[in-house]
Amino acid sequence: MSAPEIFDRALVARRRGRAAAHVAGVAPILEAAADMLLDRLDDTTHRFTRALDIGGRGVVAPMLRARGIPFVVSMDLSPRMAALNGGLAVAGDEEWLPFAPGSFDLVVASLSLHSVNDLPGALVQIRRALAPDGLFLASLPGLGTLQGLREALIAAEAEISGGASPRVAPFPELRDMAALLQRAGLALPVADMQELPLAYRSALGLVADLRAAGEQNAIRARNPRIPPRMLFASAFARLQAETPIPTPLPLLMLTGWAPHESQSRPARPGSADIRLADALGVPEQSTGEKAGR
Amino acid sequence: MSTTEAPNAPLDPKLLEILVCPVTKGPLRYDRAANELISEQAGLAYPVRDGIPIMLPSEARKLEG
Repeated sequence: MSAPEIFDRALVARRRGRAAAHVAGVAPILEAAADMLLDRLDDTTHRFTRALDIGGRGVVAPMLRARGIPFVVSMDLSPRMAALNGGLAVAGDEEWLPFAPGSFDLVVASLSLHSVNDLPGALVQIRRALAPDGLFLASLPGLGTLQGLREALIAAEAEISGGASPRVAPFPELRDMAALLQRAGLALPVADMQELPLAYRSALGLVADLRAAGEQNAIRARNPRIPPRMLFASAFARLQAETPIPTPLPLLMLTGWAPHESQSRPARPGSADIRLADALGVPEQSTGEKAGR
Repeated sequence: MSTTEAPNAPLDPKLLEILVCPVTKGPLRYDRAANELISEQAGLAYPVRDGIPIMLPSEARKLEG
């Protein structure tokens, strides 16, 4: 039952704690991303009354309350980050979700599940925390996130030390996501991609924003040695060859529902009470026979 | 950040209703005096700091015996 430990969760927790004091600086980006995600709520006539905000960094919970949801709990690995929501806060880990079954009818994870080691396990726990017919909404940075930074660092490091170490996290692909939702037992799963267009005037600006969001490298296999002095100067020069630096954020948007009998689902094979041939008004042909030419 | 709450603020009863032990998913008992959430099954006590329950197994205190 153990997932590969790609991310150092204790380090993620410390970084998020430190970032709590600075995260307001990147609030506009987090708000834009959360807006795109919460737009999905307009597509449903459901009214939600009990929401869990996972890793919303003080941005998502006020938006949920502004939509008229009276009960909003925010959870974060860092208690300081969780407390930014201005309401009910819990320090908790997505891999060890501390909520009773059916506690919420809405779970929102805006840009917060990408440093979870056991994502399938986390999604199963989220589904259990949802009441029947409850909605799960999440966005994750997808493949291509920070691609320019990744390439600049690899090229610079290869030139200086003849090798490369993982300095930018791996990001998931869209096509993995719907299957992941289904595997977690979520009904009517939908995964789509939306891009948040971002550009930076300088590499230092980009790095400062990553730090303010608590998103520095937390890969366990990260190189523990102090990087050569030239590494970042060289990488940033490469990155700034084109300014403003295009840094599009591909957001994988996930939607899934806790199963409920009112939801539409495919009928059992063989359960039809009318023949397809009759409905189409054509003679029936048994399988194996070629259609007439 | 609002810091109007006392440093040892108690747990909001609305949270107590929905919290379970993250390890066993079993029930929790709130020890008001120690400001801790006790999971008998897991033998762990989760601290409450500034009114925020710290539901992290790594931060929990192991119960004696």
